Amino acid sequence: MIAQADSQSTPSSFTVKILRQDGPGQPSYWEPHTLQYEPEMNIISVLQKIAASGRSDNGKKVAPVNWDCNCLEEVCGACTMNINGRVRQACSALIDNLLKDSPDHVIQLRPMSKFPVIRDLMVDRSRLFRGLTKVKAWVPVDGYYDLGPGPRQSRSEQEAAYPLSECMSCGCCVEACPQYNKVELIQHNGESDEDFEKRKQEIFDKNFVGPHAISQVVLFNSNPTGKMNAPERLNALTEEGGIQLCGNAQNCVAVCPKEIPLTTSIAKAGRATTFNQLKQWFDR
Amino acid sequence: MAKQRVLVIGGGLAGLAASMKLAELGIDVDLMSLTPVKRSHSVCAQGGINSVSDQTRQLGDSEWKHFDDTVYGGDFLQHQPPVKEMTEWAPKIIDLMDRLGVTFNRTPEGFLDSRRFGGTMYKRTAFAGATTGQQLLYALDEQVRRRESEGLINKFETWDFLSPILDDNGKCVGAVAQDIITMEIRSFRADAVLVATGGCGLIYGRSTMSMVCTGSAASRCFQAGAKYGNGEFVQVHPTAIPGADKLRLMSESARGEGGRVWVPRTPQDPRDPTAIPEAERYYFLEERYPAYGNLVPRDIATREIFNVCVNEGLSVEADRQCVYLDLTHIDAAELNRKLGGILDIYRKFQGVDPCYTPMKIFPAVHYAMGGLWSDYERTAEGGLQMGSPKNQMTNIPNLYALGEVDYHYHGGNRLGANSLLSCIFSGLYMAPGVETLLNNIDPGQSAEDQPQSLYDAAIDAQQQRHKAMLKEDGGENPYLIHQELGDVMTKAATVVRNNADLEKAYGTVSDLTQRAAKCSLSDTGNWTNQNVMFTKALQDMFPLAKTILKGALQRDECRGAHYKPEFEMPGLDAKDLGEKRKQAEVWCDKFEKNLDKFLKSTIAVCKDDGEPELSYEAVDTSLIPPRPRLYGLVGAEMIEEVWSERSAKKAEQPAESKA
Repeated sequence: MIAQADSQSTPSSFTVKILRQDGPGQPSYWEPHTLQYEPEMNIISVLQKIAASGRSDNGKKVAPVNWDCNCLEEVCGACTMNINGRVRQACSALIDNLLKDSPDHVIQLRPMSKFPVIRDLMVDRSRLFRGLTKVKAWVPVDGYYDLGPGPRQSRSEQEAAYPLSECMSCGCCVEACPQYNKVELIQHNGESDEDFEKRKQEIFDKNFVGPHAISQVVLFNSNPTGKMNAPERLNALTEEGGIQLCGNAQNCVAVCPKEIPLTTSIAKAGRATTFNQLKQWFDR
Repeated sequence: MAKQRVLVIGGGLAGLAASMKLAELGIDVDLMSLTPVKRSHSVCAQGGINSVSDQTRQLGDSEWKHFDDTVYGGDFLQHQPPVKEMTEWAPKIIDLMDRLGVTFNRTPEGFLDSRRFGGTMYKRTAFAGATTGQQLLYALDEQVRRRESEGLINKFETWDFLSPILDDNGKCVGAVAQDIITMEIRSFRADAVLVATGGCGLIYGRSTMSMVCTGSAASRCFQAGAKYGNGEFVQVHPTAIPGADKLRLMSESARGEGGRVWVPRTPQDPRDPTAIPEAERYYFLEERYPAYGNLVPRDIATREIFNVCVNEGLSVEADRQCVYLDLTHIDAAELNRKLGGILDIYRKFQGVDPCYTPMKIFPAVHYAMGGLWSDYERTAEGGLQMGSPKNQMTNIPNLYALGEVDYHYHGGNRLGANSLLSCIFSGLYMAPGVETLLNNIDPGQSAEDQPQSLYDAAIDAQQQRHKAMLKEDGGENPYLIHQELGDVMTKAATVVRNNADLEKAYGTVSDLTQRAAKCSLSDTGNWTNQNVMFTKALQDMFPLAKTILKGALQRDECRGAHYKPEFEMPGLDAKDLGEKRKQAEVWCDKFEKNLDKFLKSTIAVCKDDGEPELSYEAVDTSLIPPRPRLYGLVGAEMIEEVWSERSAKKAEQPAESKA
């Protein structure tokens, strides 16, 4: 049979192939689900339909596919996964668009590869947040009492900072980054939760911190108050797992759903760390 | 002395604000959330946060006017002292957020920029593009991460709160919760438990709310004895983008920046909207509400959009209800600077650029004005007593409710850009009260001193429930029941309500309650079982769904978002002035009578069988006397005249009786 040449024509049904995994350390397997086409579907509504059906294509009872989601409007960062080989949010992945690019009417869903799989499409991204702690991504205000307004800022300062502060820690940039490698640890027998957590963080800190965290350093180092602690953040970026690991592949900026100028941030942070190191060397 | 701890449940604006303030006060905090807190629903708030500013003040604005707008917009249903305190704190909260690095938009001189929002005449709303909620949440998330790194806050992300734990005297001494990854059920000892778990939009199936907004945490407190206030007051936002999985919010800021709502005068005019000449467009909000225009309060805009589509048949499309929200007359660069975030959402999900093509929008369930009942301590001046442990405490001692999940601040209808304020305010303001509470716990009475058996029993009860659910094989499908519940609730208890439909819906929801107990799970495993966690949340939606329906059924009036046409008080139709005056007198008599009967908070308690029992609580209106809410009503001037005369007379009376 000859495939329909017209990519505009919508099929009556399509197949979603999902790479499932029952738990950490378990083997993964592909499970196809064929769905009736309806207008205005996205990957979320597809996964909802699969959950409601509770059956696989061959009629066998299957557990709903596990996946992370929350806002469904691409501002919370939860539903990141690989869709037809591209890392992105499931909510803004519209079926109409995906089918246009898949002549065989098959859509592939895989969990992110840089984080340990918890189950199915759900992964453990705690390392992303650890990166924010490592670089002290906050304004260290004196406290939360009323101390009057913040420092005045120009419109151009705000317009430079705002895009950086839209980062939702979704993980797209690190998924695409060749320098960011998966770290998957297993709790030893007899190791307490606290000790395991501590060991995890130590190992996370030794591995590449990632473009998202580097960009946050640029954000907070440009804030009039945050600036006061700029050297601390820059030092964090020159430790093991820091900015020196960036290989300038520029994949991060290409996949960022918020179009954050990550490579510009990395370049700025690179210059600032060099300057910071020289300054500290001269000040010794 | 035993080490004291506070458990905060929910990591949105309210939970984070409380956590960081408690940490600053040196109190150990356990912070529990279903998601990493940075992904909380507060990120969905778009338009801005309200506060009087130095500039509006010089145009005649004041904290009192912000207070008055909030109370008038809310149709006088809220207790006034918390609102007064909140509006007085608003400028301080904006200052703090500014110091925390929130990327608020700036004026050319570098001050905070502001825009106008609904229900006010002042440009009182500070904003960060059109992702203000996200920006505010991130600022608080960063502070909480900072305090976490200092060892003051301990996060329990991916945990679901199952129930508060009460001692023999009914005092809250902790909670039982479940790890949604490992499925472990454990107890948390706490001297105060703060519930900041947001709204319950998922009871309506699809809404503008995030997937965690099931209301289950509130329901679990309700079922444990906490009172629930004003459940029937649910805000339906006028402008959302319809979708198969979610109704995505299109912020009021689109209208705040000049967006106009219209429909073609010719029903389902097939022309491209930009080709329809001005004269053939019906700007129905501007025509009917010349003073506020497109920025009437939300309940009114919602009803008008609903009415123009459903009753007047002027929907843009024939098979789907929607109206145009038009920004195309505004410069695209300006739009992208101020509204970029929401325009992106429309572009991404609809594939159309709102800078050049009018958006198609329709109302959607958006916010719960009602919620867990909570207390406050009033000062003689009518504000709140700082540091009082009563502030935000539910009727269960040491169990608190704050943020959207509590019933304060917004009355019958919330004004746009007041929710970010109420969430941050309630979190920051109540923390010193919790400190007072902890300082006054008698030796030997801390949660640490409670017998382990109390906590074990709570764990055991939850394990029984969990096991029973995995075993249940009644054949029902939780996802389909959820869809049915959403359909029933959306049909009966949103924009237009009537008693016959509400009664019928109550019956249907009762049937669904029975069926939801008989769900056969497609996943019976014990690792990251989303199937069972969803079903738990679903079952816990029913007590709140019934509370909403019963509250609506018993409230035979129109107030804020609660609209029953049968009990509407129409405007005046007399042409003759004398006759009109008479009509206004009758109108005001009727209005006064209605105030006596219905200006009361609905208070629900959950009986053992899950049925709500309602009573009514007087509203503290001691600061601003209730007055008719007259936006756009025909004959409003005459009614206002009669009402002011009566009010003036009333004001004189106590003075006379003294003399």
